[in-house]
Amino acid sequence: MPVPKILGIETEYGIVHRGVDDSNPISASSLLINAYLGTQSEPGAGPGSPRVGWDFIDETPQNDVRGFSHIGGMAPEVETHLVNAVLTNGARYYVDHAHPELSTPECADAMSVLRHDRAAEQIVVESMTAANQVLPDGEELVIYKNNSDGKGNSYGCHENYLMDRTTPFARIVQHATTHFVTRQVFTGAGKVGCEAPWIPTGAVPFQLTQRADFFEEEVGLETTLKRPIINTRDEPHADPALYRRLHVIVGDANLCEVATFLKLGTTAIVLAMVEADFLDPSLLIADPVRSLQAVSWDTGLKQPLMLGDGRTATAVDLQWEFLDQAQKYVLEHGTDLIGGSVADDVLTRWEGVLASLETDPSDLVGVVDWITKRHLLDGLRERHKLEPGDARLAALDLQYHDLRPERSLFARVGAETLVDLGAVTVAMEQPPEDTRAYFRGRCLQRWPDEIVAANWDSMVFDLGDNTLRRIPMMEPIRGTRDHVGTLLDECRTVPELLSRLSA
Amino acid sequence: MAEQEQQRPARRESDPAEPVDAGAPQATGQGKDRLKAELDDLLDEIDEVLESNAEEFVKNYIQKGGE
Repeated sequence: MPVPKILGIETEYGIVHRGVDDSNPISASSLLINAYLGTQSEPGAGPGSPRVGWDFIDETPQNDVRGFSHIGGMAPEVETHLVNAVLTNGARYYVDHAHPELSTPECADAMSVLRHDRAAEQIVVESMTAANQVLPDGEELVIYKNNSDGKGNSYGCHENYLMDRTTPFARIVQHATTHFVTRQVFTGAGKVGCEAPWIPTGAVPFQLTQRADFFEEEVGLETTLKRPIINTRDEPHADPALYRRLHVIVGDANLCEVATFLKLGTTAIVLAMVEADFLDPSLLIADPVRSLQAVSWDTGLKQPLMLGDGRTATAVDLQWEFLDQAQKYVLEHGTDLIGGSVADDVLTRWEGVLASLETDPSDLVGVVDWITKRHLLDGLRERHKLEPGDARLAALDLQYHDLRPERSLFARVGAETLVDLGAVTVAMEQPPEDTRAYFRGRCLQRWPDEIVAANWDSMVFDLGDNTLRRIPMMEPIRGTRDHVGTLLDECRTVPELLSRLSA
Repeated sequence: MAEQEQQRPARRESDPAEPVDAGAPQATGQGKDRLKAELDDLLDEIDEVLESNAEEFVKNYIQKGGE
């Protein structure tokens, strides 16, 4: 049974502390986030309480969908002493390992995620400004929205999709893998060079993605070693009897809005088709890990991929196939569960991008990141007659992702936009109205002092007199504005809210 | 394998009855000239803001693995 494709994206940003000899990325990340939180209003001083801490009680990142739990088998996923805040837009802003990370609130369609991903970027930009005001002269924090340092270290941009618990996991693995290998043609953020250890220097001067070099397995629980194309973390952050959450770790962080929109939008449709058992079972890539890299390393988009039945097809061919099925799926099943009219927009743009990839990829400058970056690299190379391996090419690659407006190379391209800045500014403070993030965000705005902790699927309220009450939010499509908007407007106090909620 | 012939999934554009969506970006000679002119301006800007010591900058960009 297909379920609504509630979705979100979480991005780990690269961080550099300039002007110090022995920078510590963990303290730099904490400084960045705390500086931002400090610019927000104090708890109790009106709307906006970013200081509510994250509640770890329901976190079970070691649970595996294959039915076992790795007790003690993994390093602790969360370091609870590090800064970890819930924002009034329903997002989580925290230090993860050695990076600042921002998870968008749960959204009901790809356009809403895009809006919140752009809001996350702006929050990070404001954080840099705030941090640099308190740092001594000569020091500066600089944030990069990329996924690799070019030296073999990678950090992630993960997507999350709500899925039906009864869908056989093997079916998800098959089709999602094919999509993840082939969607790289429009989701890749581009990278100078290659970080796969067995590839000789210079053999892959430029590739489609930041991340493909780091994947070694088809299916698995890890995210930091032996990374798998399909991650099996079974942590639904919702009713586990009804739902699973597909945690996708294979994507790049995008700067082109159309790329982010299509990455989320096409994947949501593919996963809905998997739930409905709508896809052709013969669409199966024979060697997914090698194919993931072969696609990423082939900027000519001609690499034939071996399919399970011995046929071959290119990544673009297979994306045409997914699109064809998606168009039929929408005719049969409608778009109610995949974002409504936003899904129609996804289909239109998906088709346009595939057509351009076949006829003239340069039409996608400002639309697809790897093509945009390559355009700049080619220009710089020609202008200065640069040899392959010139550090200026790698510098351009890095600085494409620099989030400082005055330094960002991406910001100078004039890329196509899908959301206007006003909507992005609103999304920095306001939650989406059509998921449970609305309840979380609005409660944080109304009663910051009375909320002790929050996480994806519950909130803990302090009723005074040493009484704490946990409100479970196990259903991601409840707690919307339609559902609780009037209630939240009418209630003046937390006790009143809780008594009406339990009535 | 012997049977690796080019038997590919059907493509949208192989069906002449279904033209590419009118809203999709179209390649035009004019568009290419514009892109080239814009690239020159863009490269002027990039020359201005690109880290002056590219080698040091790239060498010093070291991150810890994440996730």
